[in-house]
Amino acid sequence: MNWMIYRKIYFLLSGVVIGIGLFSLVKWGLKFGIDFRGGTIAEYRFDKNISTNDLSKKIGEQNIEVISIQPTGGNQYLFKLAPLNSDEREKLNQTIRDFIGSQKIDELRHETVGPTIGPELVKKTLFAILIAAGSILLWVAYQFRSIKFGASAILAMFHDSLVLIGLYSLLGQFFGAEVDFLFVTALLTTLSFSVHDTIVVYDRIRESQGKFGGTLSELADKAVTETMVRSLNNSFTIIFMLVALAILGGETVRWFAVALLIGTISGTYSSPFVAVPLLVTWEDVVGKIRLKRR
Amino acid sequence: MDTKFTRYDPNLKLGRITIKNNFDLVLGLDLAGGSHLVFEADTKSLASADKKEAILSLKEVMEKRVNLFGVSEPNVQTSSFEGKDRIIVELPGVKDTKQAVDLIGKVAQLVFVETGNEGDTGLKPTDLTGADLKKASVSYDTSTGKPVVSLEFTEEGGKKFADITERNVGKTLAIFLDSEPISAPVVREKITGGKAQISGDFTVEAVKNLVVQLNAGALPVPVKLVEERTIGATLGGESIEKSITAGLIGLTMVLIFMVLTYGRFGIIADFALIIFGVLTFAIYKLIPVVLTLPGIAGFLLSVGMSVDSNILIFERFKEEKLRRGFANALEVSFGRAWDSIRDANVATLVTAFVLANPLDLNFLHTSGPVRGFAITLALGILISLFTGIVVTRNLLRVFVKEKKE
Repeated sequence: MNWMIYRKIYFLLSGVVIGIGLFSLVKWGLKFGIDFRGGTIAEYRFDKNISTNDLSKKIGEQNIEVISIQPTGGNQYLFKLAPLNSDEREKLNQTIRDFIGSQKIDELRHETVGPTIGPELVKKTLFAILIAAGSILLWVAYQFRSIKFGASAILAMFHDSLVLIGLYSLLGQFFGAEVDFLFVTALLTTLSFSVHDTIVVYDRIRESQGKFGGTLSELADKAVTETMVRSLNNSFTIIFMLVALAILGGETVRWFAVALLIGTISGTYSSPFVAVPLLVTWEDVVGKIRLKRR
Repeated sequence: MDTKFTRYDPNLKLGRITIKNNFDLVLGLDLAGGSHLVFEADTKSLASADKKEAILSLKEVMEKRVNLFGVSEPNVQTSSFEGKDRIIVELPGVKDTKQAVDLIGKVAQLVFVETGNEGDTGLKPTDLTGADLKKASVSYDTSTGKPVVSLEFTEEGGKKFADITERNVGKTLAIFLDSEPISAPVVREKITGGKAQISGDFTVEAVKNLVVQLNAGALPVPVKLVEERTIGATLGGESIEKSITAGLIGLTMVLIFMVLTYGRFGIIADFALIIFGVLTFAIYKLIPVVLTLPGIAGFLLSVGMSVDSNILIFERFKEEKLRRGFANALEVSFGRAWDSIRDANVATLVTAFVLANPLDLNFLHTSGPVRGFAITLALGILISLFTGIVVTRNLLRVFVKEKKE
């Protein structure tokens, strides 16, 4: 199949998705969770439903800043608050006890992250991303002994990161998805999956190059055709697992699974439709420059 | 019914050597319930040479306190980043975190203070401190029935105590804990024998805590709680249930998908996948891997990825079959696909390595959910390389023969 003659369409599609994401990023930014922002999350279970507004007001009267109280089903409520010290925590529990009267309270979890932790995590995360991306670049460049391959694979990797971050910003704006530890993990997994998938296609190009020869564009078409079914089938199996996790895995891992899902889909798409077209375009441009010089 | 169920003792005993064989899955705090506490040490006043030692002894004292508190399998570790020194304390199964935080995070510096003559307000700290203690224990005052702390000094401490009490007969000898007076008894006579009692307005809990703190020793530097994550056991149990449901449904879909797409080859791949699952769990138990919620997610993701090597091989086989004989094509496909599989998986392994940070590099994540995810993902990929290539290959060789035309 002549995949490569439609290069412009692929670039356009990627551009639109990334554009929407960037728009959302600039307009609304990302919603950071307590891992990065600092704060307290507490989850309680009561015997029956409560009025979150009234309770929120009562807690506010104790000079404790309430960001939100959300019901999470089954008479469970998730409290998001400014970071509490142990006295304030005691006050919070007392207020809730007074508010609900004789009902049973079950404190399911309590997480407090001090405001100093966040900036450190950001730094550690950046280090992790730089080291991982750097090592992958070296590996690809070494494997294919070519900057062209390495750089195109890395560009496709950034494409996937941008798609994920941008779309996640949209999810944050409209569905409350927060950037936490796990999102960072999902982002890094996406980076590696993206390259994983790209290498399989590049491998095919390299193999055919040695055996049959031909222009890079022809080789690319051949490789994309040969790997398309594998690529789709492999993604399906991963998508099955992730969809199951997103729907059934519970609150804590839901957005993590969704982020991985976006990363997987983008990573699958970007190998034949971004990494390979980039490679072909690169070759084209280099060829034209050479022609002009002559 | 008084029936007791006993489990067969799985430990191997060979003479005096016992090979521990307690292969239970180790669950992390987010699944089993428990508390993850991060304390920051205030080391501003210390020279950098003393800092390292202070942190080490801080960790030791905290560890002792946790052990005396009676938590099973606690984990105390240090972490340092940009000059900030932290102690991370993990307490499985602890519900009352307030008590735990008070117990672990208090400096608990005990000092005996001379108050001088009546009317004389000058307080004079003596050189008798908590460091001179041999042992502290809980006992009850025989007259009031209130809980008190019984102190037993070391030999030197006993001598100091005798001297101090001799000097202060008829006067008040105050006992300060972290600069707060907790008791101010009047000395009636010189006390030899190195024993004393602190009575005050204590609850039983407070006395127990104090005893633990005194026995473990004072913290060399003050600490502040900067992070706390406490998960109740109920929530942990629910998370396990949900993950298992999600995992089983996802797995079933993958198994069905493989059979629908690749027919009898798919059945072989499914076998390999089940072997992968069993092997992975065995290795989790052997190492043991502390299984957390993100860890389970990592495992499930690796299930999805582990099928990849099979898919690569099967797709390759479809092509090769057109060019050569059945058995030959099978072998060639394995060889060709292996290059791709190896190259591709290295990228994921590199990322998992950075995230898992096995060298405990300070500038990367040293604990937390990221690590749990990375470890199970990396293990999953390594095991899948084995099952995808070795297991599938041999199963195919044995069970799949060319259909007679």
